[in-house]
Amino acid sequence: MVDLLIIGSGGAGLCAALSAKENGCDVLVVSKTYPTHSQTVQAQGGINAVLYENDDDINLHIEDTYKASCRLSNKDNIKTLCENAKDSVLWLESIGVPFNKDENSKIKQRKFGGTNKKRTCYSSDYTGLKIIHTLFDQCIKNKIDFKNEYFLIDLIVENKKCYGAIFLDIKTGKIENIYSKSTILATGGYAGVYSNNTTNSLSNCADGTAAALRAGVKLSNIEFVQFHPTALENSNILISESARGEGAYLVDSKNKRFIDELKSRDEVTKAIYEKLINKDKVYLDLRHLDENKINKLLPQEKRIAFEYTNIDITKELLPINPAAHYSMGGIKTDKNFKTNIENLYACGEVAQSSIHGANRLGGNSLIEIITFGKKAGISASNNSKNMKSIKNIESITSFENKIENIYNLPNKINFYEKKDLLANELFEKVGIIKNENDLDDFINFIDNLNSQLPNMGILDKSKIYNKNLIDFLEFLNQIEISKIIALCSKQRKESRGSHNRLEFKNISNEYEKYSYALIEDELLKIGFEEIS
Amino acid sequence: MKIKIKRYNQELIEKNSIDEFEVSNTNLLKALIQIKQYNDSTLTFRCGCKSGVCGSCAVKVNGLEKLACRTKINQNDLIEPLSNINIIKDLVIDVSHETFLLDKVKSYIDINSNKEINQEDIEKIDLQSNCILCNSCYSSCPIYSINKDFIGPFALTRALRYVDDKKLKDKKEILNNIQTNGIWDCTLCGTCSLVCPQSIDPKADILKLQNISFQEGFSNPNLNNFDMNFDYEFDGFNPNGF
Repeated sequence: MVDLLIIGSGGAGLCAALSAKENGCDVLVVSKTYPTHSQTVQAQGGINAVLYENDDDINLHIEDTYKASCRLSNKDNIKTLCENAKDSVLWLESIGVPFNKDENSKIKQRKFGGTNKKRTCYSSDYTGLKIIHTLFDQCIKNKIDFKNEYFLIDLIVENKKCYGAIFLDIKTGKIENIYSKSTILATGGYAGVYSNNTTNSLSNCADGTAAALRAGVKLSNIEFVQFHPTALENSNILISESARGEGAYLVDSKNKRFIDELKSRDEVTKAIYEKLINKDKVYLDLRHLDENKINKLLPQEKRIAFEYTNIDITKELLPINPAAHYSMGGIKTDKNFKTNIENLYACGEVAQSSIHGANRLGGNSLIEIITFGKKAGISASNNSKNMKSIKNIESITSFENKIENIYNLPNKINFYEKKDLLANELFEKVGIIKNENDLDDFINFIDNLNSQLPNMGILDKSKIYNKNLIDFLEFLNQIEISKIIALCSKQRKESRGSHNRLEFKNISNEYEKYSYALIEDELLKIGFEEIS
Repeated sequence: MKIKIKRYNQELIEKNSIDEFEVSNTNLLKALIQIKQYNDSTLTFRCGCKSGVCGSCAVKVNGLEKLACRTKINQNDLIEPLSNINIIKDLVIDVSHETFLLDKVKSYIDINSNKEINQEDIEKIDLQSNCILCNSCYSSCPIYSINKDFIGPFALTRALRYVDDKKLKDKKEILNNIQTNGIWDCTLCGTCSLVCPQSIDPKADILKLQNISFQEGFSNPNLNNFDMNFDYEFDGFNPNGF
């Protein structure tokens, strides 16, 4: 048994681990991949904080964040985030994150969408990469214990209390219960379920969100999936907002600009999407930028464009399209990062911590994982301090049977084909613009898919590093969460932020509420609740 | 297009084989995914970001270390797992040594520091701090193949990244940790620098660490032990030829 079990080793998980350890708590971080393989490395553009108040103000950061959320957030929580942002960035600097500096040796900031201030701190366009590696080095220094390549099967929950989680050790194929006084979920978001149309990592499959749902954890605002305006056409590799922040234009096939590139992401995405569905094309234009500036500030964008599309952004237009990028919704947490299940906490993208609402500002996700990751670590470790020990619940056998059953399923249908189909259906019918018929179609599609599952087995029957089995388990999670996205989208009969309904084009006061999805007494309940 | 993949599965009697697959994708990662989905679901490899920053998909293509997600393939290419590391299955290798090596060097800021640094200081460590721990350098290193205690190129690059960081209070500790089985054991062959997908030059970093070590009073232990058996009284052989 451990004092604190942290599931997920991205930025939020590592920050939680460091602060909990500092708080005198025995910590174990368990993760499907390795810390440096986590999706945080893909965050390019930067991290928001008001550092110098001569030209900016914390209240403006609060206002911008609240405005972008379309009133679906809690101002107190936003205030906590924004007020602590400066400390978080300075802490990162103090442990060695090499932020770019101005001529006065102050941390340099660039402008991101949805704000009029330069508020985004950065390390060229490798901000997330440098942050996660620095945090990893600190975890080594502080002797944080890791169990890597462990797949989360389910949380151990009884009578609305969490006692730890059940994992599949990918390297051996064995199932292991890990008991803990407190547990933090920091498994990342669920936008990866759009697999072929997402900027997310291939290992981002909503595993934490799905396990939480099955355990009776309340999910919130799942219909709010952020589509990033600029991903490379076809491959959907992210081209960071820092490109537009540094002055890049968006142009159509007639070489005309059609939107203020630094509006919030929901608006820019919608404008691009309208062009694309009208058979136009959209390009990112960086040709007018100084080449030296591109080399220094946007080296990754330049490399990605050249390697994946053979385009030199200093001389040519770069074709882009929007792609699923971030989940504003997730596990509902209160201001102490607690879920509705006792001893269970959540932080980072997996959580809906009442910050982003219907639309997240670029640069606010990194600040959330650092600030709230650290705070969640304190909160959960304090919870553990008040507990003597916990009872063990024997649940291994049933899960061994569950996995054994998957090994024995016949392989009449290739689940990979269905996974592709699911992702495409999801993007088309539960994508940037949704309508009732499409949502119903998609829900039927999922029900149909569920009925075919008994004929979709795995072909790799080995125990050691069975990626075929992991892919299948991820597919099951993808099915579960995709359906929740559709069900929540269906009930929100309005357009707000990233959620656009063809039949209900305007924002509606009636829906100034959080949606929720929750399994209670084995029944899925979907509804709305007041903002908290 | 045909590609060949070296296979390994410790659960099978016939553990090693080289299998051929027909693929339509020219991007190696996409080709591997295509094989797993439609030809052979048992093919096992790691992948993640698909854009060259997570470092999980490094493999060897025709003997050279590459990130699968950033590699274009050609007819008859041979894909193998990285070298110098235990193979878990097919292209998946054991990367647990990363933590061990980084801990051995103690490559991190020792005491959180508010020391002010400028852009020039940042640029000094910019390249080194772009390391993605993909293990390509480790795989290509000939010293590793014979000495598993060698602190490899990525760990030494990371040592320099912190030694060169003005926020580090005591660089002597890191320098001390890389004297044995470290900077002096490197033959400076430069294969690590050739294969780094982030264009980092660990060979240059190691040279720099040698210089800094000299300045800090360390010396090359191999030279101290190296007895040239040179007799100053001996006048038979004149290396200069006159």
